[in-house]
Amino acid sequence: MAGVIWVYAELNDDRITTTTLEMVAKAAEAGKAEAVLLGPAPEDAVQTLAKYGATKIYRSADPIYREYLTLPAAETIAGLINTFKPAVMLFASSYTGRDLVANLSARLDCGAISDVGDFKLKDGSVEATIPALGASYQNTSTLVSQGTKLLLVRPKSFEPEISEQAVAIEEVPAASDDGLRKVRMKERVTVKREGPQLEGAKTIVSGGRGLKGEENFAMLSDLAELLGGAVGATRAAVDAGWVPYAMQIGQTGKTVKPDLYIACGISGAVQHLSGMKTSKTIISINKDADAPIFQYSDFGMVGDVFKIIPQLIEELKKRQGG
Amino acid sequence: MNVVVCGKVIPASSVTIEIDSNTKRMVRKGVPHELDPAAASAVEEALRLTEKHGGTVILVTMGISDATIGIRNALAMGATSAVHILDEAVAGSDTLGTAKILAAAIKKQPFDLVICATESSDSYSGIVPGQIAYFLGVPPVTFAKEISVAGSTIIIKRQSESGYDLIECALPALVAVSSGINEPRYPQLKGIMAAKKKEIKVYTAADLGLAPDQVGENGAREKVLTVGRPAKRQAGKVVTDEGDGGKQIADFLAEIKVI
Repeated sequence: MAGVIWVYAELNDDRITTTTLEMVAKAAEAGKAEAVLLGPAPEDAVQTLAKYGATKIYRSADPIYREYLTLPAAETIAGLINTFKPAVMLFASSYTGRDLVANLSARLDCGAISDVGDFKLKDGSVEATIPALGASYQNTSTLVSQGTKLLLVRPKSFEPEISEQAVAIEEVPAASDDGLRKVRMKERVTVKREGPQLEGAKTIVSGGRGLKGEENFAMLSDLAELLGGAVGATRAAVDAGWVPYAMQIGQTGKTVKPDLYIACGISGAVQHLSGMKTSKTIISINKDADAPIFQYSDFGMVGDVFKIIPQLIEELKKRQGG
Repeated sequence: MNVVVCGKVIPASSVTIEIDSNTKRMVRKGVPHELDPAAASAVEEALRLTEKHGGTVILVTMGISDATIGIRNALAMGATSAVHILDEAVAGSDTLGTAKILAAAIKKQPFDLVICATESSDSYSGIVPGQIAYFLGVPPVTFAKEISVAGSTIIIKRQSESGYDLIECALPALVAVSSGINEPRYPQLKGIMAAKKKEIKVYTAADLGLAPDQVGENGAREKVLTVGRPAKRQAGKVVTDEGDGGKQIADFLAEIKVI
């Protein structure tokens, strides 16, 4: 249907994710927003979606969607798309979102656009803006297949603006075929995170390969504490096992947009830049004067992080004390 | 247990990748190539599993002739043989076209498990593995941090937003591994010598039964309309530390009223 934009409503820790709400708000602005909400959800989930502009929710509370990954949800969504034919369906660029879009784009033979930063409806199709190769290009793409257009949307692309709507709920039958029960969730393990969280932090101090080891993240914590911020990391630092994945900023980690971002020993790989380049002010410290990170920095310091950061910490203590 | 690894050979990490504004594709010809580090992790994982449980490791890749160097690298690490889809007709494929081609090539190999990187290090779309799984008719498990085999079932530790999930999945299956899953081995001289004698099968799209309108630019559902450069951030200043770098940063923080 022309102008109808669906959003796959994703839950994390029993809450509708922020990216979902950002997408619903954008859908409501660009057309008529509707959402698909599958699996057990908290009581206020429907109202939350309505608050950001959803006018209709396709809903099944069946536990199959929580107990088995990807296949049951893809089956149900494919059926709904074939019946109701929305113009566009939006998914968050998350673990679940990517899995569903992969399956649906193959099943419906319609393709998909990944890593969308913005989009508009145009001439019966969609025109999406994609920050390609991390940050160095800004391309636009469209989908030439018939039917519903599937987009994977980057977190923090849109403002989660409130526009309260009256909402209708359409109960949908749950997927039940045994063939869909192939990927079973045995257990969800929560890894406890220490210190302030990246989400919502006004200041982020982040470390990369140049930090050389786990123990050196301590000085970043000290710096972050002095500035009332949180500590992040690049994929290289996470892959090396120095810090947990929850701290990863970048394409496969978190997308952040703090007021101040201090990049320490980070060269500025495409993977990392795409997760932080819209920060308001960026300061970077790196020993390599040619590191790409400097092109994105408001203030760049070429030098040794192990000398500069301790000096900065001392200086901040001195100034804050005085 | 026979494993097919699906991985990419990409412009070397030392190369700044450019997009050609005419073809709207990445410039791949004439630049040095290497096995994508993410694909090397997938090869490593496959080797570890077959060293423990027996079976073959076959690398399936699609790319230009320069990809051979990366294929040899995977063979030198220990992969049994390789399949190279080498055909001008597949250039310009979108994710869906790529997945159709790779799935068609994988179907010709013996496999219980397909291992992919979660995403390539050059284009990062992250949806090709799931699309391949659909075309193969096997269940997908992505973002795997650890794989263990228990008979005809695999247990996967899968990255989650708040920690990890333990996933159980029946074989045959497709698993996409995150690059931190292991430290890929460096090929040894013996492996490099042996790799020279290993088979690299070359296929075209037609060999795989794919029509010209299914692959390449003609088959692509996604069309790139424009290639542009984003508005640059206003250039900031870059200075070299001469002993007072920390103090200078503190001054800058005071200037922008953070402290």
